[in-house]
Parts: sequence; structure tokens; C-alpha cells
Amino acid sequence: MNNLAETLPQAPLVTEAAGNEHLRKKSKIITSVRWWLNFSLTLSGFAAAVAVNILVKQIANVEIKTYNVAGFSLTFNTLYRLVVGAVILLYAGIGIYSFLDHDRRAKFVSRAPFRFAMGLALAIWDILGTKLLILPQPFFPGPAKILEPFLIEADFILQNTLYSLRLFFAGFSLGVILGIGTGILIGWFPKVYYWFYPVLKMTGVIPAVAWMPFALTLFPTPFMAAVFLIVICGWFSIASLTAQGIQSTPKSLFEVARTLGAKTPYLVFHVAIPQAMPQIFTGIANANGFAFTTLVMAEMMGQPGGLGYYINLSKVWSAYYKVFASILVMALLFSLIMKIIGIIRARVLRWQKGWVKE
Amino acid sequence: MNTELSETSDMILEIRNVSHTYYDDSGNHVEALRDINLSVIRGEFLSIIGSSGCGKTTLLRLIAGLDRPETGSLALNGQPITGPDPRRGYVFQQGGLFQWLTVEKNIAAGLKARGIYRQNKDLVPRFIELVGLKGFEKSYPHQISGGMAQRVAIARALINNPEVLLLDEPMGALDSFTRADIQDKLLEIHRQNKTTMILVTHDVDEAIYLSDRIVVMTPRPGRISEIISVNLPYPRNRGSSEFLNIRRSILEKLHLASTVPQPEYII
Repeated sequence: MNNLAETLPQAPLVTEAAGNEHLRKKSKIITSVRWWLNFSLTLSGFAAAVAVNILVKQIANVEIKTYNVAGFSLTFNTLYRLVVGAVILLYAGIGIYSFLDHDRRAKFVSRAPFRFAMGLALAIWDILGTKLLILPQPFFPGPAKILEPFLIEADFILQNTLYSLRLFFAGFSLGVILGIGTGILIGWFPKVYYWFYPVLKMTGVIPAVAWMPFALTLFPTPFMAAVFLIVICGWFSIASLTAQGIQSTPKSLFEVARTLGAKTPYLVFHVAIPQAMPQIFTGIANANGFAFTTLVMAEMMGQPGGLGYYINLSKVWSAYYKVFASILVMALLFSLIMKIIGIIRARVLRWQKGWVKE
Repeated sequence: MNTELSETSDMILEIRNVSHTYYDDSGNHVEALRDINLSVIRGEFLSIIGSSGCGKTTLLRLIAGLDRPETGSLALNGQPITGPDPRRGYVFQQGGLFQWLTVEKNIAAGLKARGIYRQNKDLVPRFIELVGLKGFEKSYPHQISGGMAQRVAIARALINNPEVLLLDEPMGALDSFTRADIQDKLLEIHRQNKTTMILVTHDVDEAIYLSDRIVVMTPRPGRISEIISVNLPYPRNRGSSEFLNIRRSILEKLHLASTVPQPEYII
């Protein structure tokens, strides 16, 4: 009776409408004036960074080298202004595009203070690091200075970046394939679980780089040794989470599928695996983080190339601005890879949208 | 009463001397069913009613082939039931929709599982239409209401063209308006497709509103206490005196069947 009283006011039509309403993203209405204020705020931080770079004089009389790149004469300061200018153009573009849509407008406005702070931080860093030389040198160069390596040896940085990328993709993709494969076997077959899960549990907790000496003797090339390390660090977290995901499939879903005429392959590939997908992606995200760490450490410990190798090489010459340049490339590269994995995840798990708390 | 011979000729499902016990989560031995004998007539709407723990869901699971009986036999069209089969469609209590598939793909799941999707693609929009879910094809299960989810589950079972549709309290978790809506939908489908339907429910009104025959079960051990024929024309009026008479008699039976000892009076 209690139940009836609760549900009575809800006619089916009402619940359906409410359900749809829930789907739609509710965002605040942003007026044109507010949009304009936030647009200016977003750009003013970076504009301040450029202004500081142009207007504030460097106190120490340091010679600033001019490089000739594709017919243009550039110093690191002009390159810095160009880069920040490009960021301004990018955000201006995003801002103008966002003007057309309410949801995008709200998103743009919500990010404006942070973007302003980024520009401001650049300006302050520039003053402290390059202009007034207050930060201890040569350990903390300013933001403009760390762009200099791209003028000195862009091709060498590119070469090392490509080496890191090759290493990452070889190791990570193999790790994902192996991890999902063994995870499914461990999750589905109790016999495989019995024999292999303890092995996975014991070897998985060992940091991958601990295998380094062993890997370097076992594999003919350092590249293959590093791939091996990235594979095992990805494999463990993906395999264990895939197995858990498969095992957590509710029995009732298999019963549903069997009454619909499904045989074992369908149960594995169309029930257990899709059901385990969220967990598999958690495993992939974890593995991704481990893989970056392992990659850089492996490169610093004996690779003929890569961004880690570039850091080591620069450190020897006390060229800390090059270390920062390498870190900058890593930050951009790894966030890009994370973003790509995030996009794939959102696409595969689009059925969860609005259902789980993200 | 028909003779035994003429009755067997249009029987679709035969349940003979079925007993079933299981161990519950705390390890207790539960006698779920004892000596069940039941014949289901082709094309009828049969309801199984009883209090919780009377073994009605166990019986339905045995018919579906999800569990094997300890003793006795079940046969569909004379063929013994050995496991789940799309000819015996099953609608689960909570729907059991695949959360990662859209409404459309959930309904098509049976065709895909049996590898006959390509030849039968055009069935999917027909069954979406049948259960009145046009416009929701691309929605995911969590985006639709409970009543709509149950309609998806019904369409998903029906697309396999089952000879028997087994319904395990599919309306148990729904509010009364949605429940009435789905009841009418079931009757409409029953009239159109002539599918034999076996409904497990604990709602007496629902059983009378829908069924040709009602099997009343009693708990501990689960046994059939009585089979009642409902000879009222469709659509049935829940307030008519015949309806209420049947209702009263079933309630009396369920009351008598309860485990609470009845007071005895000596005159």
C-alpha cells in the first residue's frame, strides 16, 4: 500500500518526460555581455605575458643569440611571442565558436579564470626567470628561454620524440592486447584463473623497471628491452582489471542471453566483455600512467634515444633549459595520448553517459 | 471436463511429477517444488499465482531450462526440455536489459545471438512498433522508464517467435498505471500472435484480468493447490461482480493455503 501511495502521482507519461529532461545538460544562460567580459579575461592573461616579454628590459647584459629558421631571424624571445600569440589566436577562435551555442558558452566562461591565470603565471615566470634573473640560474630558466632548444636543435628533439613515441606505441599496444587477452582467459576459465592469477598477482606488484638489468641481457636491442618493460607494466593492470570485470558479470545476464538462444562465444564477446568494458578502461588508464613512467625511466637508463635520453644528455652539460624543453614536450605528448584514450573511452562507453557519475 | 485424450492433443507443454529442492544461501535444504503435474494448452494465457516462496519462479526457471529438475520431466511439444531455448522466451523480473545496447539492439540481440540477424533485420522495427517504443530506438536502457524497459524485454523475447512466452513477474516493480498499460499490451500481443503465455505473479487482479486459467500454488513445499478457469470475455472489467467473485475465491484459497494454523472450532 505504501508503495502504491508513492508511485501513484507518477503517471507513465510524466516519468518519461522527466527522464528526457534529465538527459539534457542544464547549463546557465550566459549573456553576451558576460561572454564578452570572459572572452577579454581569457585573452588578457596571455596578452599580458606577451607585453611583459616585449616591454620589460632584461637587467643582466646577456647576449641573446639570433637563429635563422626557414629564412626568418628568430631569438627565443620572438619565438615565445609567436607561441603565446598562437595560443591567443586559438582561444579567440574557441571563444568566438562558443558564442553560437549556450552549452559551449557556459564551458568557455567557466574556463576563463583558469586561462587568465595561466597567462598571468607565464608573465610572472618570465619576469622572475628571464628578465630580473631572480630565480637561481641556470636551474630555472624563464618560459622564453626553454623554447631556445627548439631553435638550436629542433630536428634532434623531433628525432628523440619520435623514438619515445615508437617505444610507447610498440609497448603499450602490445600490453593492451596481451592484457585484455589474458584477462579474458583468466576471467572466463576457472582453470586458467587457478594457474595464472597467482602468477599475475606476484609478478604484477614488481615495478617494471626492476626487470631492467634482466631485460637488457635477454633482448638483443635496448629498444626491445624497453618495449618488454612497457608491455609487462601495462599487461598486469589491464589483465587483472579485465579478469575482475568479466567475473563481476551478473549471472542473470548470461541467463537472459541463453534464453535468447546465445551460445558461449556470444556470452563471452557480447555479454561478458561489453559488461567488463568500464573496468578494462580503468585498467588501460592505469597502465597508461605506468607506461609513461617506465618509458622515461627506461630511456634514462640505457636507450640510444628518446626524451628521457635527451634529458640525461642535457643534464650532463647543465643545459637545464633543454631539460625543461624535454619536459614540455612530454607534458604535451602525454596529455595528447591521454586525451586520445579518453576520446576512445567516451566513444566505447557512451552507453554510460548520464548514468554513472563521471 | 474434457477427456484425457482430447486434452493431450493440443497440449504444448507437459510437466510430469516434477520435484525440485535446492540449498539456499545459508545452506538450508529447501523443498521448492513437490510433485508438480501441469499441462499447458496451446495458445492459452496461464498465470501461476502464490505467495513468495511457493516455488512459482522455480517452476518457471525449470520450464525455461535454466535449472534441471531433481525428479520428473518437462516436455515442449513432446520433446524433453534440456536447456534454455529461444522457443521458450523468458522475460525476467528486472528486465535484464543489456545496458550497453540501445533499445533497438537489445531487441535485435536474440537474432544476433542466433546468427540470423541479417535475414531478419526488418523484424526489429516491427517489434519496436508492436511494443510502442517508436522514437526510442537509439535510447540506452538507463534513459528510459521502468515500464518501457519491460516492454523492450518483452519485444526482445518475442522477436525469436517463441512458442511459449514465460513472464516472471515482469510488472512487479512498476507503478499501477504502467502495470495496467503493459497488461493491455500483453493481451493485445496474445490476441495477435496467439503465443502461449505463462505468467508468474503475486497479484490476484492481474492474474484474473489476463488469464484463461490460474494455477494457485501453496508454499513449503511448493505444490499446486488448484487450477481455476476464468471464463470471462476480454476486455475484462476489474469491477464486475464475476471478476470480484473469482477474486474472492482465489483469496480464500490463498488464505487457506497460508502456513498460519487455522483456528479449529468444536461445536
